[in-house]
Amino acid sequence: MLETSANGPFVTGSVRLVHAVGMHARPAVKLTKLAKRFQAQISIRASETADWINAKSVAKVMALRAPRDSTIEIKALGDDAELAVAAIIDLVATDFPETGA
Amino acid sequence: MNDMVGIVIVSHSQDIAKGTADMVRQMVGSEVTVAYCGGNPDGGLGTNVPLIIVAINDAWSSKGVAVLVDLGGAETNSEMAVEMLEPERRKLVVVCNAPIVEGAVMAATEAAGGSSLEQVRAVAEELTAG
Repeated sequence: MLETSANGPFVTGSVRLVHAVGMHARPAVKLTKLAKRFQAQISIRASETADWINAKSVAKVMALRAPRDSTIEIKALGDDAELAVAAIIDLVATDFPETGA
Repeated sequence: MNDMVGIVIVSHSQDIAKGTADMVRQMVGSEVTVAYCGGNPDGGLGTNVPLIIVAINDAWSSKGVAVLVDLGGAETNSEMAVEMLEPERRKLVVVCNAPIVEGAVMAATEAAGGSSLEQVRAVAEELTAG
């Protein structure tokens, strides 16, 4: 579940959403803020059939409405893509911890 | 020197203004400066141009200030407050066409990433565009 892999120019990964109420407002803000720290283009989707959305757009991430236990797929393109995918997987897997940052 | 766009919340209600600012601080964090004002000096509902100017000054950043408002007078009084600023500061303040709570949270999220005032405004207004 916690793995990243190279897929063409993209770094991809997936992680299960364990947050009790799914991707609601507060996790969405945290994910967006984290994504914005990276230069890479980062896209996510909550199911294989969904459109990829920009992980740096808080409105789009909030609109994901991913329920608990859904799998979030991540793909990123850019110099720090690998770090970005790993960081987002970590955030989701650790259930969006409160941080001072 | 603060390098993030500041956020000002202007509501007719002191409680809504404060509650919205609390939501921003708790959801987005305290790195973005958030100022708010609401209600008239008698404790009733209303908005007040001098208090809006104070809030803009409190949230001031070299990157600018995004103002989120609720109904009617909050918008016109905020625009009047912007008009009363020094000319060189006016262009650094925008009144966003966005719902006050959602717009404030999204604008602050965008501001926290170091975005420009125009980007912050666009993100807040994405809600009304859709």
